[in-house]
Amino acid sequence: MGLQSVLVQLLNGLAGASTLFLVAAGLSLIFGVTRIVNFAHGSLYMLGIYLSYSLVSRWGGSAAGFWGGITLAALAVGLLGAAIELVVLQRIYHAPVLFQLLATFALVLIFKDAALYVWGPEDLLGPRAPGLGGSVGLLGHRFPSYSLFLIAVGPAVLGLLWLLLKRSRFGTLVRAATEDREMVGALGVNEAWLFTAVFALGASIAGLGGALQLPVEPANLGLDFSAIGDAFVVVVVGGLGSIPGAYLAALLISEIKALCIGIGDVTLLGTTFSLSRLTLVVEFLVMAAVLVARPWGLLGRAQAPARNAAEIEPPLRPADPWLKRLGWSALLVLLIFPILGREYPYVQVLAVDMLVAALFAVSLHFVMGPGAMHSFGHAAYFGLGAYCAALGVKLLALPMGAAMLLAPVAAGLGALVFGWFCVRLSGVYLAMLTLAFAQIVWALAYQWDGLTGGSNGLVGVWPSPFFASKTAYYYLALVVCVVGVLLLRRLLFSPFGYALRAGRDSPLRADAIGIDVKRVQWAAFVVAGMMGGVAGALYVFSKGSISPEGLGVGRSIDGLVMVLLGGIQTLSGPLVGSVVYTWLQDTIARNTEYWRAMLGLIILALVVLFPQGIAGWVRQRIVPEEGT
Amino acid sequence: MSEPLLQVDGLDAFYGRAHILFDVSLEVRRGEVVALMGRNGAGKSTTLKAIMGLLPGRSGRVAFRGRDVSRLEPYQVSRAGLGYVPEDRRIFTDLTVEENLEVGRQPPRSGLAAWTVEKLLDLFPNLREARARSAGRMSGGEQQMLTVARTLMGNPRLVLLDEPSEGVAPVVVEQMARMIQELKGQGVSILLSEQNLHFAELVSDRAYVLEKGHIRYSGTLEDLVADEEVRRSYLSV
Amino acid sequence: MAGALLEVDRVSRSFGGVRAVRDVSFTLGAGELLALIGPNGAGKSTLFNMVNGQLRPDAGSIRLAGSELVGRKPREIWRLGVGRTFQIAATFSSMTVIENVQMALLSRAPRLYHLWRAAARLHREEAWALLEDVGVQGQADRPCSVLAYGDVKRVELAMALAHGPRLLLMDEPTAGMAPNERRELMALTRRLVGERGLSVLFTEHSMDVVFAYADRLVVLARGELIAQGDPQAIRRDARVQEVYFGSGKTFERARPAAAVGQEGAR
Repeated sequence: MGLQSVLVQLLNGLAGASTLFLVAAGLSLIFGVTRIVNFAHGSLYMLGIYLSYSLVSRWGGSAAGFWGGITLAALAVGLLGAAIELVVLQRIYHAPVLFQLLATFALVLIFKDAALYVWGPEDLLGPRAPGLGGSVGLLGHRFPSYSLFLIAVGPAVLGLLWLLLKRSRFGTLVRAATEDREMVGALGVNEAWLFTAVFALGASIAGLGGALQLPVEPANLGLDFSAIGDAFVVVVVGGLGSIPGAYLAALLISEIKALCIGIGDVTLLGTTFSLSRLTLVVEFLVMAAVLVARPWGLLGRAQAPARNAAEIEPPLRPADPWLKRLGWSALLVLLIFPILGREYPYVQVLAVDMLVAALFAVSLHFVMGPGAMHSFGHAAYFGLGAYCAALGVKLLALPMGAAMLLAPVAAGLGALVFGWFCVRLSGVYLAMLTLAFAQIVWALAYQWDGLTGGSNGLVGVWPSPFFASKTAYYYLALVVCVVGVLLLRRLLFSPFGYALRAGRDSPLRADAIGIDVKRVQWAAFVVAGMMGGVAGALYVFSKGSISPEGLGVGRSIDGLVMVLLGGIQTLSGPLVGSVVYTWLQDTIARNTEYWRAMLGLIILALVVLFPQGIAGWVRQRIVPEEGT
Repeated sequence: MSEPLLQVDGLDAFYGRAHILFDVSLEVRRGEVVALMGRNGAGKSTTLKAIMGLLPGRSGRVAFRGRDVSRLEPYQVSRAGLGYVPEDRRIFTDLTVEENLEVGRQPPRSGLAAWTVEKLLDLFPNLREARARSAGRMSGGEQQMLTVARTLMGNPRLVLLDEPSEGVAPVVVEQMARMIQELKGQGVSILLSEQNLHFAELVSDRAYVLEKGHIRYSGTLEDLVADEEVRRSYLSV
Repeated sequence: MAGALLEVDRVSRSFGGVRAVRDVSFTLGAGELLALIGPNGAGKSTLFNMVNGQLRPDAGSIRLAGSELVGRKPREIWRLGVGRTFQIAATFSSMTVIENVQMALLSRAPRLYHLWRAAARLHREEAWALLEDVGVQGQADRPCSVLAYGDVKRVELAMALAHGPRLLLMDEPTAGMAPNERRELMALTRRLVGERGLSVLFTEHSMDVVFAYADRLVVLARGELIAQGDPQAIRRDARVQEVYFGSGKTFERARPAAAVGQEGAR
């Protein structure tokens, strides 16, 4: 492949950088001011492209129709952003960060189903841009004119945003509000309006980014997740809240991707390896590398702790008599449950799902709650456990028991390696790095056909004959889950668990009394990873198969939702959350085509009604408040 | 001189479920400097925040120039002519000194000479050489000056000044005292919270003493200094 | 000074070209209370953080009983016998008062990676004794987050004493406290110094505390040491008056009200 083709690929990379930047810029701006990580930002991008499709196809192929449609789509998405801010976000600005994430995640679900309802499941390809439909000769290749136009858009938007933020009163107020919203209000600025305006601006930039993609890629329902994934990576690599950083990061990632495609196959030490297959993970590799070298991103700075930190957690006390009774009764019900449910075999399947979910959620809670490490990639350890147990059966022909033991070992090793990097960071950066590692594991599972079966995954992984019946497997899952949960609980009351909470409560003080906070966190990361792996092993033998979908972002998010629904500050929270969430998902999915939107609405309602989670809410009603 | 500029009647305030202020009533007349005294945790800062509308949980009447402002948002209270200087400074560290002042800017008010950046730099000469510097790189004393200057940019008729002498060097405390006297000379009224009796004595006309959220004493500074009983019971000096 | 516990020797540190601390030297003897004072931004915190290992000096040496501290991590310095308290008291808010102290004792043991026994039952008697020492044993089983600020400061002190340090670093120990609380806390500190043979290095803005409790003072201004000596000498020092005390009116007590009026008219 010649130098000229590489240069053309680099130009393609520039065009890609503009698109990436447009999604990321709004996300970064919104985060900078509101401190809200807007999960729904990818949805706004997706709605931009759908809306422009409708408008442009209605107004025909004239230049005015096309550009008018693009502009109007961007403005409409901006308006939608303003509405989101007014209706949802204004209610949760004082909620803990993770609740804000949960609420915006609910919006993702709602918008996805709204798009499904309006535009249907088919991909929709828009027309070419009038006047820019052709191509120009460049370095002996034909290069699309529209791509040249896109190359210019990114820097233009960057420049305009810079001027707005640095040279206008509006920008000064926005930057001030980024630091201290309440103080800006006390100085006579209507800061509620300022926030709405910023959200609308950020949303309309995302909408514009989507609309401008109309001639390039078809509108489809998967764009929200792919766009938000890309945007997160770009924003984190560039540094949260830094708009120039976002452009730099978009450029870096886009060019490296373009080069991977351009170079194609390379032969190293006799084996041929296709670089283009790297495109699925290259951005995550870049992110991991950047975060290890510069923990706050390329142009970012250390984050000051948020003013509305989570509420202070009450001390851990051994279970009260009523909680103990509740626990024993629950266990009793679980033990006699298969006898009652014999006529409904489906209920036993659902019950195993709940047990798997419970162990997964409790292990995630271990790092999230007492460890204060908000992992967005816990599915990696679930997946490592599931795949290794499956491989133990298929490849090594191990019996189920031995294969199951492989799971925590493999997941623990994965957590040992990934955790070493992750504990060096904190907050959103840590969350994004855990996500990056999970994506790398996912890509491995997806692309290593020879070992993992690629997108089909591994099938025919059934339990040994003794546990073959649904009831027998249910009891196995019950025992493993109960033992796992009790072990993790025991750990929390041990000196190790105390040291972990000490590092969360006050890293400063923990360090000053000789606790190596990072090391304690690392150990906790490994423990949680191992337990997540056990959950994965339970899962694979209950389903008989595992595919890359089983360890995708979706599972990590499910885990987060379960922990937050139940309540992060209680030990029983993840149990309650996993049961409720699994049941909800199952019930709704069986009753409506638009189950995502239903789920989203329910999550939104729960976030507004139970800001401490379900178990936290119950505890607040029952347990009298200590002290003043 | 007779009509109170600020009149607070029966103010109650809460943090979550905790009841912090109980039936607090006070007034500030035009041109007065009034000190709100009391121990740590007595409710001084809470009172100022509640007047400013910065506490969601409060009840009672707050009248400013005869108008009830107790249901307004903080930005509306500020626009009505009440300036607030927080105790922990809360300057915008990423912004330059001039940009900090810009955030506080409000239109001039009738009957009050409007503050300009130049006038404020005359009042706080330390800020002049630092005007284009980012505020986060200034010393604590300079930040203390900036937070006052920023509030003055809103041309307030009354300034709520929270603990101006806390946590700064004695030499800066003296500058703050001079600044308060100068503002008073320009017709700005001030309600300040203070633990340091000597400082309050230096700058204020009258004082209220708070204890556990109740007003326990009100009177002139001379009387307060002379009243050993009150000082010992509520101020612990 | 013979038998100096802490020797700070020609220490410097810059931040992005700004020299925060320049060539500062002083010593701290066993059983001594040394106050570090100076205007905000004089370099007190920087110096403090170099002694406890959070910052590394660009040049100079800091020795504790002859062993070099420069280049060691805060944790290692803690193990050598340095305890510290923070300007804004830092405790573990999700633990009870006594668990906070137990945590420090577990770390000293060291027992941080024990996984089985319940932490709340370990070192309880010793923690109780420490709480008694600082006078908050009555609140041992309450959540640390509901204590009054003055008591939180005492808990912090108990945690800093848990590993039997030789040197105690206190960053503005009385910040945010009422005058009588200040005196009580400093009297407590003074007593503990006597009983345990501790040395204390502290920064402070409250001049009545400094003059009442410090054996010696070190004054910093713009990163340089401009004076050191006993309280009387420092009080008279012209340079210190100029950069730090001013005319001294705001911290000297009980002046006639008439004089105040005249001052106001100036």
